[in-house]
Amino acid sequence: MAAAASMMPIYGQQISSKNDLVPDWTTQEVSTGTTIMAVEYDGGVVIGADSRTTTGAYIANRVTDKLTRIHDRIFCCRSGSAADTQAIAEVVAYQLGFHSIELDEPPLVETAANLFRASCYRYREELMAGILVAGWDRRKGGQVYCVPIGGMLVRQPVAVGGSGSSYIYGFMDSNYKPGLSKDQCLELTASALALAMERDGSSGGVIRLATISEDGVERRVILGDQLPKFSTH
Amino acid sequence: MALSNVLETPAAGFNFENAARNAALEGLFDGGQTPKPLKTGTTIAGVVFKDGVVLGADTRATSSEVVADKMCAKIHYISPNIYCCGAGTAADTEKTTDLLSSNLTIYSLNSGRNPRVVMAVNILQDMLYRYHGQIGASLILGGVDCTGNHLYTVGPYGSVNKVPYLAMGSGDLAALAILEDGFKHDLELEKAKELVRAAIHAGIMSDLGSGNNIDICVITKQGVDYIRPYQESEYKDDRKMKYKYRPGTTAVLTEKVVPLKLEVVQETVQKMDTA
Repeated sequence: MAAAASMMPIYGQQISSKNDLVPDWTTQEVSTGTTIMAVEYDGGVVIGADSRTTTGAYIANRVTDKLTRIHDRIFCCRSGSAADTQAIAEVVAYQLGFHSIELDEPPLVETAANLFRASCYRYREELMAGILVAGWDRRKGGQVYCVPIGGMLVRQPVAVGGSGSSYIYGFMDSNYKPGLSKDQCLELTASALALAMERDGSSGGVIRLATISEDGVERRVILGDQLPKFSTH
Repeated sequence: MALSNVLETPAAGFNFENAARNAALEGLFDGGQTPKPLKTGTTIAGVVFKDGVVLGADTRATSSEVVADKMCAKIHYISPNIYCCGAGTAADTEKTTDLLSSNLTIYSLNSGRNPRVVMAVNILQDMLYRYHGQIGASLILGGVDCTGNHLYTVGPYGSVNKVPYLAMGSGDLAALAILEDGFKHDLELEKAKELVRAAIHAGIMSDLGSGNNIDICVITKQGVDYIRPYQESEYKDDRKMKYKYRPGTTAVLTEKVVPLKLEVVQETVQKMDTA
């Protein structure tokens, strides 16, 4: 997912104050400058994200949960504007829930991804949201779909997103091989996120991981002092 | 679907009409100064403790460099079990919390249930997101309901964070430093009140936009304790003169009385139907 040059008019900057009593970052939009990642394996998917939400230079929340449940076996990883992605995720969760009740069976990951794409593409001028949709369904097993800024939709075996993703494309390209096991995927994701968090100012905090498979969703957190270490200098 | 808890159901989907309208209005000013909203530099904080939630706020409202209100109430009533601290544009926080309170009261009456904090948060998020950041309200919502003790923050763009402790406003960095140092899960009531008081005090001391007294609001399952003020400023001004003038201070020179002639033009009687 390339870092996009957004052509969206920035409405956010209008409440600016020359008043020194109120610092700049209180008027900035809350953004999840982020690193998110999702990997398919045989039988499910592994998703991961950092936990930092910033308003300008201030970290508004250092323990954010960017892995949002859309349905029992479908999650999304959010990056971009916090408000936009939260709103979209809620809308899609509602639409998907309704659809699933009508169908009387668990929804497909591709359906969820298309719902995200529909909202992100229709309102592309106003929204700033980069989303990874990942989950498991009975038809195609574990799937990862990438819906970057602008509203494209593409399925990929492994996808990264957010401002920190640019630093780990090389790592991902050289270390990912098709046919990895669940634990290898977890290790790959944790390492990639740790590397990105090390280099990207807008990513940090803890690493949140989740595994989604037929048996359910397993969540874990890797705290700051337990992060994989890479260099000693 | 939802009960009739709002006076008017908003249109489905995203609605950015107001953002477009505001951009058009900016154009009308032709490069001149657009009116800026009045911001109240503020320190507000909230902490979840063992038996409930403690909210705290300073009481200074500023209009640029002048203190407009020395005893402003920043902790707003939402429902008997939910209170909300507001930072940002004073008018926006006031109106938004009023609207929310009305909506929740209607919902309560219709459904016979006490509102839940998460419902208040969702309504706020919907409202603020629809206005795309044009409503400058940063709110801390705290309350106790049947599912537990909750503390949420809602940003002006509509982003929501659920946290055990937080501070907002221009003095939030100073307050957060105190909270980060002193917060533990399941604090006792007195310790929690002292922590919030210390946090707001730090905000008052280190931020020009915050000051005067400290208000504290304790919400538990048993009820609400709204202590206003919890701590008064040690820098109270001592007025030496009184500004009340007794009757007779200004001499009356002449007096002229003109009686108004009123006559009954029309009289109608409407009987009430009492059965």
